[in-house]
Amino acid sequence: MHFEYQIEGGNFTRAGFASSEIKKMMKQLNVDLGIIKRTVVATYEAEVNVVAHAYSGTIYVDFDEEKVVIKLVDEGPGIDDINQAMTEGYSTASSTVREMGFGAGMGLPNMKKNADDLQITSEVGKGTTVIITMFFAKSEQ
Amino acid sequence: MTVKEIAEKLDFQVLGGEKGLDQAVTTGYVSDLLSDVMGNARAGSIWVTLQTHKNVMAIASLKDLAAIILVNNHKPEDDMLAQSNEEGIPVLATSMGTFDVSGKLYELLRK
Ligand SMILES: Nc1ncnc2c1ncn2[C@@H]1O[C@H](COP(=O)(O)OP(=O)(O)O)[C@@H](O)[C@H]1O
Ligand SMILES: [Mg+2]
Repeated sequence: MHFEYQIEGGNFTRAGFASSEIKKMMKQLNVDLGIIKRTVVATYEAEVNVVAHAYSGTIYVDFDEEKVVIKLVDEGPGIDDINQAMTEGYSTASSTVREMGFGAGMGLPNMKKNADDLQITSEVGKGTTVIITMFFAKSEQ
Repeated sequence: MTVKEIAEKLDFQVLGGEKGLDQAVTTGYVSDLLSDVMGNARAGSIWVTLQTHKNVMAIASLKDLAAIILVNNHKPEDDMLAQSNEEGIPVLATSMGTFDVSGKLYELLRK
């Protein structure tokens, strides 16, 4: 199954729409509730980052038997130092965005904590690609 | 305890989302940082906040929260209220501040 959603930079009224659709699909597929919860946290934060920090983006969602891969490709300023961006509390969000309660610098750490696999690539001046992978059955660790 | 029982006991005004008044409240979460709620609130929580925009409802819905309580007479923006009604997640209001609301909720919910 393949789905796509558009994200508009700066438009907070639709932030979370794709995450909500993905949550509904996972419920229909009877995915374990704990896995759905982690997916929702990671996807919402990734979606909000496109709204808060980029100009526009697309989310590509691919389900197969064992996993869902959620790929967010945006056109935006990109991230110069991904390690620094991953640091809890680091944020370049505007004061308006902060007043709304976003911009605490917890988004990327939340994604890292909740995604089974998280890949971030970015080119300054072009954009950022985030790939979140969630497995439906816990693999032995 | 249901959202309705809490609203009655603590004299909270019900502004929207009446469909969800019979929802059970298991615990509470107090925060105005959306990523904090996203990362740490548990399903079934009543969320104490002063944020009044629509993203509050998006988070409440994604996290399966039971209700939202706005402190200090804060009023929800129109689109927040509309989504509260649509999703059946109640938005409550009080003139109390965060400290008093949290203390009273804690008293009620820890039993
Ligand atoms: N899609 C993106 N495009 C450009 N910059 C980003 C993107 N996602 C994250 N960043 C950068 O990484 C920082 C940290 O992100 P995050 O942890 O989500 O915190 P916050 O969004 O609250 O600022 C952001 O402030 C921003 O500088
Ligand atoms: Mg963020």
